Amino acid sequence: MDAFERSFTLHVPSSTENLAMIRDFVASIGAKAGFDENEAARITLAVDEACANVIEHAYSSEDTHAVTIRATLDNKDLVFDIIDNGRGFVAGDMAQVDVEELIRQRKSGGLGLRLIRAVMDEVNYQITPGEKNELHMVKRLHRG
Amino acid sequence: MKRASEEKRDRVTQSFQVAISDIGAVRVMSIEGYLDAHTAPSFESSIENEIRSGKIRLVVDCARLTYISSAGLGVFMSFLEEVREQGGDIKLAAITPKVFQVFDVLGFPKLFDITPAVKEAVEQFNRPRES
Repeated sequence: MDAFERSFTLHVPSSTENLAMIRDFVASIGAKAGFDENEAARITLAVDEACANVIEHAYSSEDTHAVTIRATLDNKDLVFDIIDNGRGFVAGDMAQVDVEELIRQRKSGGLGLRLIRAVMDEVNYQITPGEKNELHMVKRLHRG
Repeated sequence: MKRASEEKRDRVTQSFQVAISDIGAVRVMSIEGYLDAHTAPSFESSIENEIRSGKIRLVVDCARLTYISSAGLGVFMSFLEEVREQGGDIKLAAITPKVFQVFDVLGFPKLFDITPAVKEAVEQFNRPRES
């Protein structure tokens, strides 16, 4: 096997102010993996959504915690793991409600996970509240 | 010396800006930069101020919007019902293709009036809404 794996990690304080830095990090890895500009932009959006969820929900917008973004690139996949040690959240329920209904209810949330699922080929998470939560997202390098 | 809260506000202002203008009875909000979970609260208060002061015919000019995430989309969603109930609307104009793909994934084109240019969005206010 000539599997060649490269790993890149970014640790940032849990402030939404750092989302711009996270996006720069993800966009450059997306480009390194060979995705075109539009696809890299979609991947960047998915990771932004995941990190914003962690900051706002797992950490209740407290900026004194840490968010880790680990990217792993091999010859098949680009994988992002978003790791935090906050209050684990299950965002599954909102993803079922359609956007029209959210508008009727004047809701502003409930879209993040939907965008992540629309962009990534595989999404799953492991939650151990207060200890370690890990959102695992996979984007295949080649479709088919 | 600036206080920390002022410095934080300055950084938000650098990455996202709103400019206001009027075309007839329509208020045009031209947004520029990055609309994400960090800057969405500032846009939310801008749009809320407009609605509270009775401006319910709103066009959001997105020509210089370089990025939007769900936090930004959520601002549009949360006020749409309220302005339509009052006989107004929030119309979106001049969205770049890169930003449009995010609106499209969530089906926004079916729920919002989206036009290629501000002028057309303003003109739509003078015509009855198609349903």
